[in-house]
Amino acid sequence: MKKLFLRGIKDGIPIALGYLSVAFGFGILSVSMGLSVLQAVGISASNLTSAGQVAGVEIIAAGGTLIEIILTQLVINIRYSLMGISLSQKIDPSFGTLQRLIVSFGITDEIFAVSYAQKGKIKPVYMYGLIVIAFLGWTSGTLIGAAAGAVLPESVMNAMGILLYAMFLAIIIPAARDDKGALFTVAAAACLSVIFRFFVPALSGGFSVIISAIAAAALAALLFPVKEEE
Amino acid sequence: MPVIIYIAVMALVTYLVRMLPFTLFRKEIRSPFFKGLLHYIPYAVLSAMTIPAIFYSTGSLTTAVAGTAVAVVLAYIRLPLIVVALAASGSAFVLGLFI
Repeated sequence: MKKLFLRGIKDGIPIALGYLSVAFGFGILSVSMGLSVLQAVGISASNLTSAGQVAGVEIIAAGGTLIEIILTQLVINIRYSLMGISLSQKIDPSFGTLQRLIVSFGITDEIFAVSYAQKGKIKPVYMYGLIVIAFLGWTSGTLIGAAAGAVLPESVMNAMGILLYAMFLAIIIPAARDDKGALFTVAAAACLSVIFRFFVPALSGGFSVIISAIAAAALAALLFPVKEEE
Repeated sequence: MPVIIYIAVMALVTYLVRMLPFTLFRKEIRSPFFKGLLHYIPYAVLSAMTIPAIFYSTGSLTTAVAGTAVAVVLAYIRLPLIVVALAASGSAFVLGLFI
């Protein structure tokens, strides 16, 4: 039990480090848009998601409606529903309703990717380890960012912008190297995403990701069926 | 409207989006197509989120492309996530000093 929890913590350290810097940026952004330090940290602690939070803060700052907040969060975060279904296929029978209710809170892109890459079925304690450390990274990063304001020079802040995306590459590239289906998926999703970005600018970023991802994964599922039992 | 209400609504929607499918979905999926779809979705989501956004992530196309190139090479030789991320960010920073 304890060992598995610690392994979750250990596997979550890279996530937490990545989150620390991204959340730092989120903290600065929130305060620059007029939120208090407490509000910024409150958003991170209760949402644990990057893109959705940024969109939310922009709407709050602009005095938008609740409907707008609801729709934005739905669109940007609907991918977690897909990840939740994927994850539900990989969890150990020791996951009851309570464990699912707790772990649900921590389904993020990175936590999903790391847990999904595990061999065999996943146990709740492992997920708790991953989520706790990632949560600490995310909230403390927000706190430091919001409190520090613009102490760091812009040149450092700019270079930090690439951290999270580089982590994503470190997840998908080795997978694409090993598996033709994953390679096809990654290439197709990237192409679609670029096409939407440049030729359909009216489509929001959230929608673009959803459509690109579903189309690419569906094509890959047809062209490269997954072999039974891994 | 108080900010706390916005935050509560955001948190609630985000939680429900995560919780409902993960909690209610109990069956083992049998359909090969749907299995394949779920297997490939994460790679597709990460790829679509990264490209082209990574090229705009540093405020300079040049440093972003350089950082991306470093990340691609290091990821290809399977270095750990944090090494790939720090090297990409570090090279974007260093290059940024010269332009």
